Amino acid sequence: MNFWVRISDLDRRWIYLLMAIAIIVPFFVNITIPIKISPPTQNLYTYIDTLSPDSGPILISFDYDPSTQGELTPMAIAILRHAFSRNIHVITMSLYPTGIGIAENITSQVAKEYNKVEGKDYVVMPYVPGYSAVILSIGEDIKNTFATDYYGNRTDTLSCLKGVKNFEQIPISISISGSSTPYAWITYGYTKYGEKIGVGTTAVSATSYYPYLRTKQLVGMLGGLKGAAEYETLIRKFYHAKGRAMATIGMNSQSMAHIIMIILIILGNISYFAIRKQNKRSA
Amino acid sequence: MSTNIWIWIAALLTLAIYSFLYKDNIIYKIAEYLLVGVSLGYSISITWYNVVIGKMVVPIRDQHNYLIIIPILIGMLMFARFSRKHSWLSKIPISFVIGWGAGVAIPLGFETTIVEHVKNTIAIPWFGGNVLLLINAIIIFVGVVATLVYFYFSLPHKGVVGKVANLGIWYIMIAFGASFGYTVMARISLFIDRAQFLLHDWLGLIH
Repeated sequence: MNFWVRISDLDRRWIYLLMAIAIIVPFFVNITIPIKISPPTQNLYTYIDTLSPDSGPILISFDYDPSTQGELTPMAIAILRHAFSRNIHVITMSLYPTGIGIAENITSQVAKEYNKVEGKDYVVMPYVPGYSAVILSIGEDIKNTFATDYYGNRTDTLSCLKGVKNFEQIPISISISGSSTPYAWITYGYTKYGEKIGVGTTAVSATSYYPYLRTKQLVGMLGGLKGAAEYETLIRKFYHAKGRAMATIGMNSQSMAHIIMIILIILGNISYFAIRKQNKRSA
Repeated sequence: MSTNIWIWIAALLTLAIYSFLYKDNIIYKIAEYLLVGVSLGYSISITWYNVVIGKMVVPIRDQHNYLIIIPILIGMLMFARFSRKHSWLSKIPISFVIGWGAGVAIPLGFETTIVEHVKNTIAIPWFGGNVLLLINAIIIFVGVVATLVYFYFSLPHKGVVGKVANLGIWYIMIAFGASFGYTVMARISLFIDRAQFLLHDWLGLIH
């Protein structure tokens, strides 16, 4: 059996092992790969950076569940750190029942880093079912949509929401999602109410949202772990943001895994053509 | 190494799931069933407290808002599906959901996904003299037209139509390539997260 046949018949477990090594080893090697900021990330960062504490609270919707939190949680953390660094109030929520626990956990964890007070500097909303109905309802009256916050406090008593009625007082809503919920935010938030929409999405979904950036229906977008790493780079550079930069740390592993992947694709293709040539000859 | 029991449970369950990469086994199956069960149970409990209690019981009991009994009763007609004789009653709430959903979604969806995008594809402004942006706009315009021609089946794909349709195939293939590249990146990102969890949160080997 020659080399190319062996390559084409390679047990996939060797590939898993190779990928695991490619991902784990860079954690122990101190290499810094420069991260270039892409325009969609820069645009979202710049928009939030122009807001002041008087601009009103920003809304971050954790529209994901634990299956995609590896990519999406670093984005949520980075945006929360940016907002809290600028003393901007934050409303967090989730359109997923399994996302609301993540929203509460992440928001309170980052708030603690910046000594932010629940109800005064930020508010976590409870789960309310129905994607479109919830977004449309926030467009009318957010306190009617969420009568109480996640902890059971009446929303009309929270200082964070003082003077906030609907999207008019919320300068931007950011959907962090691994599914199609950003479409709902664009359709019902932007088209119906003119709300500025930002998106943080998994790399799988990123290509779907590029057309919406071009039409300016989205202010900006963070695509996958790279988008999160770009945002982390910006907040560390300009705000010396605290805490662990999960996405940036992971980028070395990401680059190494991509190199392995490219090599495997090239080898697989050469192997395919080499075997085909051999078969033709023997025929 | 972590002394938090929950971190240990999460770490061992992560390893149990990854054991599938070697081969299917009972440990993987247990972790898989646990995930399905816990996710479902969690969703039901969140829905129960936030929706049934929060949106139905509290408004009636504490705020004496008896009007919401009407939509609750209409919604409960969905359960009529369990009875062969009375299942027709479930059509009433379904008609409300479809009627409302279509009425809201069609005009807004059309404007969001078609009108805005058609406008943006047709308009090729000068972009303030930025030639690269202009070239970009032309590439997108040609791509949209060529891809639409590829999916136009009322004319045979021969001659000029065939050549434009072939160009459409190239655009589609490039889009698939970009999507696949992003998909690879996404899957690796998920493993990176788990690797960080195991090495940082659980074992404390990295900082």
